[in-house]
Amino acid sequence: MLTHIAWIIPLLPLAAFALIVFWGERLPARGSAVSIAAIVLAALAGLGVLGEALGGARADLTYTWVVVGSRPLTVGFVVDPLSATMLAMVGVVASLITIYSVGYMQGDPRFPRFFAYLSLFQFSMLFLVLADNFLFIYMAWELVGLCSYLLIGFWFERPSAARAAVKAFVVTRIGDFAMMIGILLLFLRIGSLRFDDIFRAIDLGGIGGPTLTLAALLVFGGAVGKSAQVPLHVWLPDAMEGPTPVSALIHAATMVAAGVYLVARTYPLFLLSPNHAALTVVAYVGGVTALFAATMGVVEDDIKRVLAYSTVSQLGYMMLGLGMLGYSAGMFHLITHAFFKALLFLGAGSVIHVVATNDMKRMGGLARAMPVTFWTFLAATLALTGIPPFAGFFSKDAVLAAAYAHDKILWLLGMAGAFVTAFYMGRLCWYTFAGEFRGEVPAAHGAPGGALHESPAVMTVPLVILALFAVFLGWVGAGALGNPFERFVHFERVAPAPESPGMLAVATAVALAGWVAAGAVYAWKIVSASGLRRACPWAYRLLVRKYYVDDLYAIVFLGLGALVIRAARAFDQYVVDGLVNALGWLARQLGLGLRYVQTGRAETYLLIVFLGVVLIVLVRLAW
Amino acid sequence: MVSGILSLTLWLPVAGALVLLTVPREQVRTIRSVALVTAILDLAASVAAGVAFDRAHAGMMQLVERVPWIPSIGVTYHLGVDGLSLPLVILTTLLTVLCIVYSWRVELRVKEYMILFLLLEVGMVGVFLALDFFLFYAFWELSLVPMFFIIGIWGGPRRTYAAIKFFLYTLVGSLAMLLAILILYFHATPRTFDLIALIQQKPLAHDLPLAILAWWGFFLSFAIKVPMFPFHTWLPDAHVEAPTAGSVLLAGVLLKLGTYGFVRIALPLLPNAFREMAGLVAVLAVIGAVYGALVAMAQTDLKKLVAYSSVSHMAYVMLAVAAAAATGARGGLQGAAATALSGATVEMLAHGIITGALFFLVGVIYDYRAHERGVLDFGGLGLRLPVYAGITMLAMLASLGLPALMGFVAEFLIFLGAFQIYPELTVITLVGVVITVAYFLWVIYRIFWGPLNPRWAQLPDVDVRERWTLVPLAALMVIVGVYPGPLVGMINLAMINILGLLR
Repeated sequence: MLTHIAWIIPLLPLAAFALIVFWGERLPARGSAVSIAAIVLAALAGLGVLGEALGGARADLTYTWVVVGSRPLTVGFVVDPLSATMLAMVGVVASLITIYSVGYMQGDPRFPRFFAYLSLFQFSMLFLVLADNFLFIYMAWELVGLCSYLLIGFWFERPSAARAAVKAFVVTRIGDFAMMIGILLLFLRIGSLRFDDIFRAIDLGGIGGPTLTLAALLVFGGAVGKSAQVPLHVWLPDAMEGPTPVSALIHAATMVAAGVYLVARTYPLFLLSPNHAALTVVAYVGGVTALFAATMGVVEDDIKRVLAYSTVSQLGYMMLGLGMLGYSAGMFHLITHAFFKALLFLGAGSVIHVVATNDMKRMGGLARAMPVTFWTFLAATLALTGIPPFAGFFSKDAVLAAAYAHDKILWLLGMAGAFVTAFYMGRLCWYTFAGEFRGEVPAAHGAPGGALHESPAVMTVPLVILALFAVFLGWVGAGALGNPFERFVHFERVAPAPESPGMLAVATAVALAGWVAAGAVYAWKIVSASGLRRACPWAYRLLVRKYYVDDLYAIVFLGLGALVIRAARAFDQYVVDGLVNALGWLARQLGLGLRYVQTGRAETYLLIVFLGVVLIVLVRLAW
Repeated sequence: MVSGILSLTLWLPVAGALVLLTVPREQVRTIRSVALVTAILDLAASVAAGVAFDRAHAGMMQLVERVPWIPSIGVTYHLGVDGLSLPLVILTTLLTVLCIVYSWRVELRVKEYMILFLLLEVGMVGVFLALDFFLFYAFWELSLVPMFFIIGIWGGPRRTYAAIKFFLYTLVGSLAMLLAILILYFHATPRTFDLIALIQQKPLAHDLPLAILAWWGFFLSFAIKVPMFPFHTWLPDAHVEAPTAGSVLLAGVLLKLGTYGFVRIALPLLPNAFREMAGLVAVLAVIGAVYGALVAMAQTDLKKLVAYSSVSHMAYVMLAVAAAAATGARGGLQGAAATALSGATVEMLAHGIITGALFFLVGVIYDYRAHERGVLDFGGLGLRLPVYAGITMLAMLASLGLPALMGFVAEFLIFLGAFQIYPELTVITLVGVVITVAYFLWVIYRIFWGPLNPRWAQLPDVDVRERWTLVPLAALMVIVGVYPGPLVGMINLAMINILGLLR
């Protein structure tokens, strides 16, 4: 019966947020206990809803938001396989990350506030997942964006964190600008904000042709911003300035996947656009992003930024899957990725917590000191690089199979991306966990004397639980078991692409080749990394400068933008206000001039009267 | 229905001002207390009017008081409220209370200060309540005079220039309106100043050129008050020089007199002329929305920045009004027009609450703490003033249209309605929204984030009195943002009624 009261689930973290904001320090465990209790309850309820949905339960609850004109704007919540799956995933991942945060944020002066923001985020994300209409999804969309902004800038006294937060908010808002226009366009044509009404109207031909494609692409604009797809990907790597649990929760597992979820949620919009035009755009944006972002990860030394590029790239795979009619494949990759990428970030956080640096060149040899972190991290890495039988193998290959069935170019992009993924992850693992330790341990963080050590249990237990998902979750979508995920979460009008054993073998071989290449450079030193850099310096520069995209945006938006606003200010000051002041000056001069007429001397007045009479008489005569 | 509650709301501050006249000027505490009690009683009276108001029939004028005043020329003492004016009246009485609480520490000529604020309240409430042009015009002018003195006496260094500019600029507009009122009066049969009667008569319905002339008279007056581009340059000067409480009422209420005039008078009284001119108004509104945001972004003086953000936000209101005017009585778009107008009215209220709060917040840091308000003078205040930083961020996020806060409800309804009528112009206006996000985030970044500027290492956080002025506004932003249904429902009925009068 949870299905019919699913709207209560988001309210649990919201209540936690309110409690912590007002009574933070006085609550048990400085607010963290409240936050954890709320999200764990929400997760259990989410699992309950998932169970009921597996049993066939569905719900669509509607309310009136406001009445305008004679028409009520109806909004509501939906429980179906798609939202139930997301609900359970968000609940479980968020619970584990919140527990982990207790260890990670220990000793931070703004500890309660961190958990308040985390709870607010969880509310917004769960709300987003349950929305059955564009209004709610847009509201939640902005609220998760707000939480992302607040949490990236959590250590706001660091200028880099503050800048990254502003950048993230503004860049995603540009995508939201497009999304808002798309929503307005759909409302103009259909007169409703509810997905069901809109899909029905599309079926009945209420909107179609280029208008539908335009609306779909505008809505997709929001997804491009939120899911950091090209060309709005620039904010996500910088967002790594936030505390690592935030990177895991918001910038890997949940919020950034909201863009993918939005496309899946509004799939008919894309599917029914003429000639699959909108879907093709989605697929190409995803495919290009998948490879493009992966290549930038290769030259990055900051462990979290490597993972950030990896996230951008994997989100590209999800978009690619959805765009190539692989509805279930894209969603399945979203779910598996959420677990193993959250695990990767938490593992990285565990490492950073101990060595107090993000620079992989100053790590090394951590496998011995941090065995739990290492083994769980390795499991997640294998899942990410698509090595069987780990989770990512099943989901990524489903995406690639969909691409293979419809567009060979995109399939090649995806395969190249898979190779690069294995390469940068191999590089990351060898740098971090193999060899000798190259940095120094700060005494404050380490045990006495600053020795390397494993993180506390509050951090490692979530790692182990997530690792179980990274290892075993893939079987849920395994073809050999009849793909239960696909049977549950699917879209009636698209059939899954066939998977052949040959393709699986090729994909696995490509991933292994990436690992071997990474090993050749970073483990066995057959080829030296510096030699590679010297061999093609221009390519290295191009990657380190991030293809000059940030530089281009700096020139266009910051440079030109500054010129435009200065011009506007000058125009306002000298032209618009100048005219007003000139008018005032004119009136004053006129008054000063006329003063000489008002002399008060009767002779002058008489003279003027006389001259006037003469003038009038002359004019009359001349007529 | 006989009830004097509106008259009570209207004249109570005069009684308070009269009492203040008898208090010796040295008894500063008594003066403040009398002013505060008067303002609170007036707020209570307006809330009582709200309770007596039947929200199911919010489209109709209620609690009407109608007494012949100068029958020979058709002037009546005619007051009433509907779903449009009632919330604006309550906004006015609320902001006045908060202004008096905030001004507790004003030391200069306290007696005159408080009397002027109470008189200002009469003028503002009167404009919203009046249903007779004679009364309307009288209160319209009355609201001008106290503000002139408030800026001119308690203002900043360039207060004389700002006060005179404000007075002359808006006076020019008022005179234009007076001409328009006279045109209407002399074409009405029987001659009357009664607004409701004139709207039913529509004396200029069959004389389009003359109607357009009269429309220009109203337009000049209202557009200067709003202020619309290009008539806006008095606003930044007035705001920069005005004392904090003056800025709050200026932005919070006085600007709404302009938009209120458009909705209450220009729209139903001269629908034909307004339909002809709607395109022009819409274009000016769009320019104002984007241009105001751009100029706001170029400001480093916080007061100027908020002033230009007002230009931008009030332009959203005007876009909605123009959209509604353009549909006229066309059947198919009535829903869109009602949506846009409802959004416009919510935006008036939202802007009053949010920008009122923003000016208080600038005052909190400028008047009694840093004596600076340059965006670049601060840095890292979030470390030192967490409560102040939290409320300011909330108000700025509300202003930039973050969902679940009041500004979003207004903007969403405006865009939803206006897009159906002027899609291209609405898209351009949305660009202004993106710029708004950028400048408010920039301000938060410069003032509250980054390392703490050592100059401000000793600043105290907001005190109890400041908290009392800010918390009600912050609470309203959240409550209406989360649960807009009742307010929008009431406003919507009034808007449907006004649109019905366009025929």
